[in-house]
Amino acid sequence: MPTKVEKDQLTGTETTGHEWDGIKELNTPLPKWWVYVFYATIVWSLGYFVLYPAIPLGSTYTKGILGWSSREQVEEQLARAEERQAEFLNGIRESSLPEIVDDPTLFQFARQGGAVYFADNCAACHGAGGMGNPGGFPVLADDAWIWGGDLEAIHATIRHGVRWDDDPDTRFSMMPAYGDGLLTAEEIGQVADYVLSLSGAAPEGADPAAGAEIFAVQCAACHGENGTGLADLGAPNLTDAIWLYGGERSDVVAQITNPQHGVMPSWANRLDSEVVKMLTVYVHSLGGGQ
Amino acid sequence: MAEAARKLDTELPEPPGRLTDLAAPAVEDEQAVSWKEAQRPDSPLYANRIKVHPRDVRGPIRRIKWLVLGVLLAIYYVTPWIRWDRGPDAPDQAVLIDMTARRAYFFFIEIWPQEVYYLTGLLVLGAVGLFFVTSLFGRLWCGYACPQTVWTDLFMWVERKVEGDRNARMRLDKQAMSGAKLRKRLTKHGIWLLIALLTGGAWIMYFQDAPTFVAEFFTGQASSGTYFFVGLFTATTYLLAGWAREQVCTYMCPWPRFQAAMFDEDTLVVTYQRWRGEPRGKHKKGESWEGRGDCIDCSACVAVCPTGIDIRDGQQLECIGCGLCIDACNDVMQKVGRPKELITFDTEANQAALEEGRPKPTWKLIRLRTIFYAMLFFGVAAAMLVTYVTRASVDISVLHDRAPLFVTLSDGDIRNGYTIKILNMTREPRSFRLAYEIDDGLPSTSMEVLGVEGTGEVATLTAESDSVATYQVYVRAPAEALDAASLPIAFTLTDPSRGDRVTYDSVFRGPEK
Repeated sequence: MPTKVEKDQLTGTETTGHEWDGIKELNTPLPKWWVYVFYATIVWSLGYFVLYPAIPLGSTYTKGILGWSSREQVEEQLARAEERQAEFLNGIRESSLPEIVDDPTLFQFARQGGAVYFADNCAACHGAGGMGNPGGFPVLADDAWIWGGDLEAIHATIRHGVRWDDDPDTRFSMMPAYGDGLLTAEEIGQVADYVLSLSGAAPEGADPAAGAEIFAVQCAACHGENGTGLADLGAPNLTDAIWLYGGERSDVVAQITNPQHGVMPSWANRLDSEVVKMLTVYVHSLGGGQ
Repeated sequence: MAEAARKLDTELPEPPGRLTDLAAPAVEDEQAVSWKEAQRPDSPLYANRIKVHPRDVRGPIRRIKWLVLGVLLAIYYVTPWIRWDRGPDAPDQAVLIDMTARRAYFFFIEIWPQEVYYLTGLLVLGAVGLFFVTSLFGRLWCGYACPQTVWTDLFMWVERKVEGDRNARMRLDKQAMSGAKLRKRLTKHGIWLLIALLTGGAWIMYFQDAPTFVAEFFTGQASSGTYFFVGLFTATTYLLAGWAREQVCTYMCPWPRFQAAMFDEDTLVVTYQRWRGEPRGKHKKGESWEGRGDCIDCSACVAVCPTGIDIRDGQQLECIGCGLCIDACNDVMQKVGRPKELITFDTEANQAALEEGRPKPTWKLIRLRTIFYAMLFFGVAAAMLVTYVTRASVDISVLHDRAPLFVTLSDGDIRNGYTIKILNMTREPRSFRLAYEIDDGLPSTSMEVLGVEGTGEVATLTAESDSVATYQVYVRAPAEALDAASLPIAFTLTDPSRGDRVTYDSVFRGPEK
């Protein structure tokens, strides 16, 4: 700050005291109304301090005399949303799965609600949008189903899970470990060649005929004579292009020798029945529903 | 009066030196002084506003200004009440921006939110049009058409009717509060607030059905948001037109600051003909006009100025170019028997020529900048017209599903999912034909639409009137036919009955090759 206030000759206005190339800047005062607006904002902020939550005090804060809180606001909004959803949730509770699919409004609601619950509960294993994950987490968007792909089958699988010990109605199947003395390594290799040949993927030079005999004796009971699988037993279709644990010869050999078995929790006790129905409709609508 | 004038006369040397010498505020009776001269900062924190008391003025320019004011106010207040039949399910207000239903109506035009570029186009047209007019005729917008000018003029008219003309108002300001003063003040502010309320209310009518709004407003049934916005616009109208007035133009508005960029020496401006007026001085009847200018320093031009400036100081930011000083000066010139138009609308080039005694140059209307602005204006207008005339009454948007990007099916085919939205912008339910093409006709592909039976190569999809229909669409193709991880796919939606056809380009994804 300059010690001496300098006034501009021409206008009589004070200058800022700085000089640039012979040019001095006028220290033009603010218009009065501007200053008043500034004071008004200070008054406004005081009112705000009194009425609304304002000052943090360690673990607490000043609450303000209106008692407003963003948490309460969220709770109110959630309650309102639930109120609005009640009508649709009732519809879903009281309708059968095919009825839901046939009712455009309920179908839209179930599909969109199901998508949210799927992202929260299912996507961790089955991937976003049911895209699956390597290592035994099936793709739900394709048209291959281990335990059946119609509405009832999907509903049962979600409710009771797969190989879930706590649920007596859970989906259960167990493929024997053929490496534990049931078949020799050579025989396992022959079966693997045969299985791969079912989908036209047999390695060059392999002779599927040898494996076919073993397959008929050991495997056809569950996987079917033609290898097309049996949903009731959770035996996958071996003739398609989809391999849960990998489609290389080594993967198939490993699975026959010492099979992996996936586990899925039962959801009947974790989620509301309407939610399970919505999830069923959603999964069914991912593109492979039967 | 005369004494005061003489005092000022003798005390005032040539401008701008007088600014330092003048005691503030020296507004005594008839001798008007611009606030710029009168304002003298005595406090370092803020400057008091010197109140402007514009005097009534009569003349052709004032008449034009009243006419423009009347027409503009009529347009503003009447427009929301114009009805326009659009059928049973649509609002029948001709001009309406329906925020909740996300539609904007302008007579026969209906705009959806995604077509907001028409609004952008209008704003661009408005801006370029303003540039064009400004470069030709100066600040016509500021002086005549700007809402701030129109409402301030209206408020000043009310003020004049209630409190009297300039001198009466200045006396009233100085008087101590009395019953008569209080009555005048209350009447003035009452009428101002009423006009402000009508203005704020009319603004809301552009966003709500006008008759419904009025009925709800006065029966207390309107929403709190409605009352808030009416209150807000009432308050801003009252404050800006009643109190802030010329300060809006001087301090708040950016337009006066950059419009100089549109000005050149051929732009029409309100100008004091210095070569004719100077040297100015008082003139007694019968005295010779030899050796002096025509300006008799009566300050009529300053007294009538709505922004309280002295046009004789030359071009300045605060001048809104309304030309009321021209009317005032012409009146005086007629009385003293001198030619009119001492203050006039003229170009800078012309004034320079007159000052130097050169022949009058021709007024160049066609200049590089006016050609440029005109071309820009008509270019944007033509583009908007073409897009409007050719716009389809249907639109499609396609969102490729990203989780999963693609799915391998049991027979080895690759399937992609798409969320397709069909926008039916007509007031009737319609059915459309959806077709697709992958990479200029990939063979052996098929399409499936969730919830729609009997689709293959094409699908028939319906959309309700004035709404968006959403469909989940699956397209599959044999893996061996795909020669790249990503192929272009085009969805085409057609309505043969209307000849509408819209296309949307997306991608078909497969495994990396």
